[in-house]
Amino acid sequence: MPTELIKGNTAIAEAALRAGLDAYFGYPITPQTELLEHLARRMPELGRVFLQAESEIGAIHMVYGAACAGARTMTSSSSPGVSLMAEGLSYIAASDVPMVLVDVMRGGPGLGNIAPAQMDYFQIVKGGGHGGYHPIVLAPATVQEAIDLTYAAFDLAEHYRTIVVILTDGCLAQMMEPAELPPMRERGSPISKAWALSGAKGRERRVFTSVHMSPEEGEAFVNKCARQWDVITANERRCVSEQIDDAEWLLVGFGTAGRVAQSAMRAARAAGLKVGVWRPISLSPYPTPELKALAPQLRGCLVVEMNTGQMVEDVRLAFDGRVPVSFFGRSGGVVPLPEEVLEAVHRMIETAKEVVC
Amino acid sequence: MLMADAPEVHLVFDRPESLTDVDTHYCPGCSHGIAHRLVAEVIDELEIRERTIGVAPVGCAVFAYNYFNVDFAEAAHGRAPAMATGLKRVHPEAVVFTYQGDGDLASIGIAEALHAAARGEHLTTIFINNAIYGMTGGQMAPTSLPGQRTTSSPCGRDVETMGMPLRMSELLATLPGVAYSVRRSLHNPKNILQAKKAIKRAFEIQIEERGFSFVELLSTCPTNWGLTPSESMTWVEQRLIPFYPLGDYKVI
Ligand SMILES: Cc1ncc(C[n+]2csc(CCOP(=O)(O)OP(=O)(O)O)c2C)c(N)n1
Ligand code: SF4
Repeated sequence: MPTELIKGNTAIAEAALRAGLDAYFGYPITPQTELLEHLARRMPELGRVFLQAESEIGAIHMVYGAACAGARTMTSSSSPGVSLMAEGLSYIAASDVPMVLVDVMRGGPGLGNIAPAQMDYFQIVKGGGHGGYHPIVLAPATVQEAIDLTYAAFDLAEHYRTIVVILTDGCLAQMMEPAELPPMRERGSPISKAWALSGAKGRERRVFTSVHMSPEEGEAFVNKCARQWDVITANERRCVSEQIDDAEWLLVGFGTAGRVAQSAMRAARAAGLKVGVWRPISLSPYPTPELKALAPQLRGCLVVEMNTGQMVEDVRLAFDGRVPVSFFGRSGGVVPLPEEVLEAVHRMIETAKEVVC
Repeated sequence: MLMADAPEVHLVFDRPESLTDVDTHYCPGCSHGIAHRLVAEVIDELEIRERTIGVAPVGCAVFAYNYFNVDFAEAAHGRAPAMATGLKRVHPEAVVFTYQGDGDLASIGIAEALHAAARGEHLTTIFINNAIYGMTGGQMAPTSLPGQRTTSSPCGRDVETMGMPLRMSELLATLPGVAYSVRRSLHNPKNILQAKKAIKRAFEIQIEERGFSFVELLSTCPTNWGLTPSESMTWVEQRLIPFYPLGDYKVI
């Protein structure tokens, strides 16, 4: 496939389509709208389902229906819209059906603004809907990675019958970068799925429900999900690092903040500082063992986020006090500059020296 | 006395194939059970059991999936029309129906219901109007009558502060996507037979792909009305029907 200049939103939409997306339901919201618009054109062209729902609530419950029908299905939105989807996400998680959600985060809380932010890490990674379920959450940092992760997301969702979230932000979604799109996949038939609803023709009827009336039944279901999550945690952790071999100082960031951290790392290296960068791609399950393994060589770690400190809690948990962890964040839609991150690196190193003296 | 092997023995009444052999949890005198049976008889008569998918509400009919012998999904409160849309769009050849109470459809889920109807989704909705929230213990519904006492309108529904009840059949009939919108009642055998005819027509309209079809059924909730089953039937006739006239609001 040739490399082309492609916008994040369009790239994600096209990758989903090529991964065999059968049915898309969504509602317009900036900075995600091009994703919906691309599918509005492409899905009907290919004889597939595209529907603009009456709201994000409508969209997520249409996805729920389509998922129960055995379709490869997806929706996309941005922070305020994803809040409305919380109910449906919880029901979907409780019904063991696969789906993909693309969340293009913007500045919040409230209506906030349409600038890039990472303020919904807690919402997506730790919460979302009620009931303590875990989605798989993948955070790309380049348009190419967004394509590759979206393409893989549907297989992951179906393999584990779970929710997969592509968690990105307005920066990556609106940015154009050279990238290569994957080939068009053959689509499977929704009816061929051994669990899907299609009408009980020549078989026992099938039922999807999220009701577990007795507490014991409820607990058995939750425990089953927890065991499944252990398997996912063991198999699906993803992260990348750069300049890590001799690093004494570590920069950590995900998505766009991870890229800013990478630029800051390069500037620090040019200034002769032994700085490396580590970027989790799966935010859930978090690559805790991989991060923990770096502890012995590190004198300090700086977490960079486009919020006031959310993922930093997971970094602290991973290091468990073995590495001093500091934080630098910009929020509300402000993207940090590599220079400010570099200054924060210098401050981290100065502070460490003071502690030693 | 009939002899077991007498050739003139005919089976005149049996459980429809589309109902499971399970006791329902409905209270005595509740007409949810009647509505279930009518829907199941229609599914049998139209021979669509093997291509029907039902969507259950949150409300007293939440366990409808236990009683219908067809594929079923249980939606979140009010979201059945959206879920049904997802199912139907993926399987256009399936016959998809939602079964919803008045709180589910006319309050929390009114956006989903109106928009599925406005899009002219080829779905059938069976709407149980019992003028109260049954499952949660008798609170005011959007269909509770003016002056009706409920646990959340203990002095009676004051329309100055709580607004007037919604007449859903009339409202839906105004939408171009709706092909069929009628109101029937379940309070006596004559009306039950008429209700069944309407349910059958609604499913046929879906099969003929004419648009959204909607059957409102005036129903009882003796438990939360504080009436006996037979008093409840009278209450439907004397109180509900005058406010919610039976009839065809749209038939195309
Ligand atoms: C989001 C949400 N809000 C509230 C409830 C609680 N709840 C369950 S059923 C119900 C009302 C049901 O009334 P109706 O739809 O009229 O059906 P009925 O029980 O009378 O058949 C409510 C408010 C819920 N389950 N989910
Ligand atoms: S509470 Fe009312 S609606 Fe619910 S089962 Fe009992 S009688 Fe029927």
